[in-house]
Amino acid sequence: MLEGTGTSRAWLRELAVALVAIALALLAGALLLALAGYSVRDAYWSLFQGAFGNIYSLADTFLNAIPLMFTGLAVAFAFRGGLFNIGTEGQLYVAALATAITALAVPSWPPVLAIAAALAAGAAAGAAWGFVPGLLKARTGAHEVITTIMLNYVAILLTTHLVKTRFKAPGPVDQTALIPAAARLPELVPTTRLTWAIVIAVVLIALVDWILRRSAWGLDVELIGQNPSAAAYAGVPVTSRTACIMAASGAIAGLAGSTIVLGVLHRFITNFSPGYGFTGIAVALVARTRPWGVVPAALLFGALQAGGLSMQLFARIPADLLTAVQGLVILFVAAPGLVAIVRRRRRARTPAAHEAHEANETCVAHETRDAHEARDAHETREAHETRNAHEAHETVRKRGANR
Amino acid sequence: MSDAWEVIFQINTLTAALRLATPIALAAMAGTLSERAGVINIGLEGKLLAGAFAAVYVTYVTGAPWLGVLAAMAAGMLVGLLLGLFAIRLRADHVVAGVGINILLLGLTTWLLQVVWGGRGTSPAVTSLPRWSIPVLRDIPVVGELLGSHSPLVYFTLLAAPALWLVLFRTPAGLRVRLIGEHPEAADTVGIAVNRTQYLTLMAAGALAALGGAQLSLGDLAWFSQNMSAGRGYMALAANVFGQWNPVGSLLAALLFALTDAVQMRIQTLPNPWPAELVQMLPYLLTILVLSGAVRRSRPPAALGRHYPPDHGAGAL
Repeated sequence: MLEGTGTSRAWLRELAVALVAIALALLAGALLLALAGYSVRDAYWSLFQGAFGNIYSLADTFLNAIPLMFTGLAVAFAFRGGLFNIGTEGQLYVAALATAITALAVPSWPPVLAIAAALAAGAAAGAAWGFVPGLLKARTGAHEVITTIMLNYVAILLTTHLVKTRFKAPGPVDQTALIPAAARLPELVPTTRLTWAIVIAVVLIALVDWILRRSAWGLDVELIGQNPSAAAYAGVPVTSRTACIMAASGAIAGLAGSTIVLGVLHRFITNFSPGYGFTGIAVALVARTRPWGVVPAALLFGALQAGGLSMQLFARIPADLLTAVQGLVILFVAAPGLVAIVRRRRRARTPAAHEAHEANETCVAHETRDAHEARDAHETREAHETRNAHEAHETVRKRGANR
Repeated sequence: MSDAWEVIFQINTLTAALRLATPIALAAMAGTLSERAGVINIGLEGKLLAGAFAAVYVTYVTGAPWLGVLAAMAAGMLVGLLLGLFAIRLRADHVVAGVGINILLLGLTTWLLQVVWGGRGTSPAVTSLPRWSIPVLRDIPVVGELLGSHSPLVYFTLLAAPALWLVLFRTPAGLRVRLIGEHPEAADTVGIAVNRTQYLTLMAAGALAALGGAQLSLGDLAWFSQNMSAGRGYMALAANVFGQWNPVGSLLAALLFALTDAVQMRIQTLPNPWPAELVQMLPYLLTILVLSGAVRRSRPPAALGRHYPPDHGAGAL
């Protein structure tokens, strides 16, 4: 399932990194709780209960995980192309509104057609919202982190404006009317709010995985992600591909909003997202940017989101602590050399330096022509790191003696 | 449209722009400083929030806004140190680490806001920073109206920009910082402690950006509210690029962004305001436009975002 991006040992090591990062972040969260005078045991117990305690909380975990599968996949896919899409929040907002408007516009269509049209409208809106920063990045070099976050604010303001002025249902809340029953996603498990959205998510993950590993287009994405200038030299149309990667990422993120409208809210409500976009970043990084890794990572953060609500309700601890924990997870996961996977671009630029730091001797040995050279490279690095030239000399000598 | 032009050139719109430019300008200068030392500083947003929260919290506890300002600087330095720990010592990708820091501080400040004061949204009002009225300056006709009476941090910013320019471009310390950003190997060769200097620069930058946060919460208003930086940290990064990694350029670019912000606020007070949400988009759209136009013509420090082997200073951490 995952062999496309590494050996099984590498895969295990990455799993370990992700688990350690999450454990460290939860530990830091516990420290904060203790410092603020809360009972850590009560807090995390109510969190656990809210996430896995009974069938309903388990359903809640899944329900929260679905949008995160889309946003996580969107961020992961862009990462593979060397792009950091932190605009998934904005993309899911414009998509959600486009979906709601489309669903309201086709009340008499048969269900399958209405749902397909509403999803397509959402994906198209999300794609447009991702295409703009992608094109700007490719054409002008404007960093996508800044442009996408600006577009998040624009998206939230724009959708609020449109709902207020054009699509508002009567009542005090800025929301659209309920979409017709025909356009709603059918339930997958009766009496829960789990709909076919999860199937759409999994199919999409399989599709992206296939594209990345088996298609020529996916090869282009990986090439651009690893080294854009080399990709251009190899004949990849980097400008248009970069715009397309961001558009595709935006479309995927958009489906998070679309499926919430069609499956959960059944209407567009302004400011409905509890930060699915930002959590998607943490999901993508914990998944180590692998499409199938997004499933467990999204379930984990879905559990945190579901549990957070119960922590707020029963232990009376504000759930925003979990946003801080997410930030910590991102920091920890990014720390011990995830960079090599996420942004291979940098490695391509400074091969020797990067490899030498990141890696252990075996990795260096693999890269250099023979084992002797590798030992030398390793020792040079050690020599460089020791306090002064004398010490460095000593180290090299002792090493030689040991051998 | 003519309405808008009149609004732009009203003197109190310009005065408001100066006030609103201060947080963005301080954060942009912080960006300039750390990026000159080779560290991409996406974490400015988090530093603004950290500064804004610390300033209000300490003022709330002690009743002394100046202590709040000091606390903001300390908080900013801590966040700078944290970014350094991940971006330098733990070799995280600078951009990813910066985004992580921003999410961490958004969560942490929102959480603490509720833990300390209960409820949601905003803190109670605290004593704000005084307004300084500058004796001679305030009596000059137009300039007096524009510059005569502001929060001390506004004056600090106007002086800090040229001062930081002097330090960066006219002193040996500044040369060291810039050399690290351009060519860390060369810096190392001539005996500069690359990572230690980067840490110090990041902490100084953190203090600067957090002062911007203190202006947001204690200078502009007198309370903290959830996510009150609202993207200004990212705007500051764009201002830094537009200002060509130069503190004075950063200040001027920040003034441009703040002018749009001041105009959008003024427009909303007009008898026939344009739709609030559309007008509020202006600063964000302008940031995208300016950044797209500026990047081609600018040259970032050559070693921006690169990791350099830990030197002796970092080894101690």
